[in-house]
Amino acid sequence: MTERVAIVGVAQTRFSPKRAEVNVGEMAYEAIEQVLQETGLEIERDISNAVSCSHDIWDGQTISDIGITDVIGGHLRTEEKMAMDGATAVYYGAIGILSGEFDCTLVLAHTKMSQTNRNIVNNTAFDPLYTRMLGFDFTSAAALQARRYMSVYGISAEQVARVVMKNLGNARHNPVMHNGRDLSLDEILHAPMIADPIRSVDVAPDTDGAVALILASEERAKKISASPAWILGLGTCYDAHYLGDRDLADCMALEKASAMAYRMAEISEPRKQIDLVELGDEFSYQELLWMEGLGLCGRGEAGEMIESGFTASTGELPVNASGGLLGGVPVNVAGLNRVAEAALQVMGRSGVQIPDVDIAVAQGHSGFCGQHQCVVVLGREARSR
Amino acid sequence: MKRKVAIIGGGQTYHASRRHDVNQGEMVNEAVRAALDDAQMTMDDVDAVLLGNMEFFEGCHMTDCWLADATGAYGKPGLKITTGGTVGATEVVAGAHHVASGLFDRVLVIGFEKQEEGDSSAILSGVAHPLYGRSLAGAAVGYFAMMGASYMQAYGAREEHSAMVAVKARQNARKNPYAHLKLDITIQDVLASKMLAYPIRLMDMCPTSNGACAMILADEKTAKDRCKKPVWFRAAETAHNEQFELTWRDVTTTKPIFSRVCADKLYKKLGVENPAAFFDVFEIYEPATWAELVWYEDLGLCKRGEGFRLIEEGKTEINGAIPVNPSGGVLSTNAIGATAMLRVWEAALQIRGDAGEHQVPKDVNWALTTAYGGTNWTVMTALSKEWED
Repeated sequence: MTERVAIVGVAQTRFSPKRAEVNVGEMAYEAIEQVLQETGLEIERDISNAVSCSHDIWDGQTISDIGITDVIGGHLRTEEKMAMDGATAVYYGAIGILSGEFDCTLVLAHTKMSQTNRNIVNNTAFDPLYTRMLGFDFTSAAALQARRYMSVYGISAEQVARVVMKNLGNARHNPVMHNGRDLSLDEILHAPMIADPIRSVDVAPDTDGAVALILASEERAKKISASPAWILGLGTCYDAHYLGDRDLADCMALEKASAMAYRMAEISEPRKQIDLVELGDEFSYQELLWMEGLGLCGRGEAGEMIESGFTASTGELPVNASGGLLGGVPVNVAGLNRVAEAALQVMGRSGVQIPDVDIAVAQGHSGFCGQHQCVVVLGREARSR
Repeated sequence: MKRKVAIIGGGQTYHASRRHDVNQGEMVNEAVRAALDDAQMTMDDVDAVLLGNMEFFEGCHMTDCWLADATGAYGKPGLKITTGGTVGATEVVAGAHHVASGLFDRVLVIGFEKQEEGDSSAILSGVAHPLYGRSLAGAAVGYFAMMGASYMQAYGAREEHSAMVAVKARQNARKNPYAHLKLDITIQDVLASKMLAYPIRLMDMCPTSNGACAMILADEKTAKDRCKKPVWFRAAETAHNEQFELTWRDVTTTKPIFSRVCADKLYKKLGVENPAAFFDVFEIYEPATWAELVWYEDLGLCKRGEGFRLIEEGKTEINGAIPVNPSGGVLSTNAIGATAMLRVWEAALQIRGDAGEHQVPKDVNWALTTAYGGTNWTVMTALSKEWED
């Protein structure tokens, strides 16, 4: 990228299984107010536009950004809604700034999973002609992907269970997460089965919450923050929709999205150059699969990598030191939380700070089995080609 | 914006209330192929794909993911933005930002709706506040009934004036092969049509259409190398009003309103002092007849309270001084996710001189488009034939 965009402020609500005391707008405003206070910015004076992220069907609100237009500063101003995962909202917000049209963008994602039923919402993401009436949801589709991945690459149930053990353990130290706990491998491997091989603890739990962050052009960023997180690379890519059109053990979309982002960020050896990864572990097996898609190891090597402790908070390449989505992050907010946690590490302000994070990668995905992938590379130093 | 952006191609489907011959993907693909043909490109030339529609209307979550094969997005970067009825225009603006960013040279943007597969009026009532508004909501008809009643009361316009708008739209549509309601109607026909919610009659409202529109945006070099008639994307603005607010439908309000604020910002960007003289054609988003009259005023084409005089005097006809919606507009074709993009595409066709029978009979150098989202916000774009004017 010839121009530079930075994340200059990050705020997250506390994530919780149910936030009955606030409506969607009030919950969103908790994060917005906090990020404005932290950066000293005012909407009317300093923010040029807003990008929100939510979904009509999740919110039960036709045109779901209506629920937050006023609190995000949309009144008589520009606000657009990303109907995907929150990471893609960052991607689009950065593109807006790179276009020269905007110079300071407020990005927000919100979802209250407690207000609806995930299986019904998920089912409506399957095509209405052939697969929806089979009763699929994201969990049953994920079970197919997990099985395929485990069988093709010899990934064991115990290796997948180690993702749960690591992430829930990490989440204990992260003040925003609600699902942190110590579980033994034995407890994880005997948790109730949801959709074989996926057990209850393998699924990111239903959660309410919101995340807000502020993107700024280089000129604005330097005035707003002494330690911004610079966006070094961005990438997105779509895979096929129908499960039968894909080999579910493949990660074509993630490989392409990360290739695009790495090219911009001049990353040629991801495992060596990247210091920390926050990825979308909506289901535990996905952490291993996405590690491979991100090129952090060869195909089928992620299982051994987690066994060796390489991706632990104390390891050489911490993955989901925040506790990941398994730690309790709402859907849709998920990718924005991934970017936020990676940004906080790069800024040196994380509640679960890892020393010397110069380059961090965040990954989010939309659709079942990670059909659409988004990769954001962040750096402590702004570099440009 | 940091790079110039041009529209180098586009296309639309035929619009109808029933498209049983195609599913959503096949319908979208019709528009995509039309746009690629128009730009003389193949999918391999496209760097990114952006799609928008109203996910609640057909009850399909994440339509961009489902339709990745129909749109050509498979294996490519892309995203879905939804902003209500404005969504088609938002996709165009988002596509322009993609190109201007320097990360992409050729971007395909798509808007569609297949309303026969859902219940749009029920879902539109879901726009209202879940606790305070929904029990009052009367879908789009209810919103515009308040606007029409307020307009008549304030300015002395009569039902005949809104009927003139209805006639103009459907007569223009007869010249547009892609339009949905191509009706050879008179003012009497409109006034005799069924009353839905006073003063809105059946013919005062847009239809529920099925259809899709797609456009290809490109950087300056691509545009000059590959396109004989690029249309330049000059500026865009988006403005909302605070939501769940009812008072904006009082046309005499003195509070700042999204439509006027947005037009002011856009005109300032371009240095426009007299929009009626500056722009050669307008494609505006009028889901109801009264909305067109209010747009005339909010866009500054006449003084406040005089919008109905413009239609009375025939100034906004295809051959009038200020042509508005020569395509037949939203009153003739409303495939919601496509509608705001159709405004931009029809404006581009006018600038290219490719609008066929509904081409306005004068040089078109500048065009302005508007959109409506949730009936309470807008996205406007300005297009030009030349970059240096």
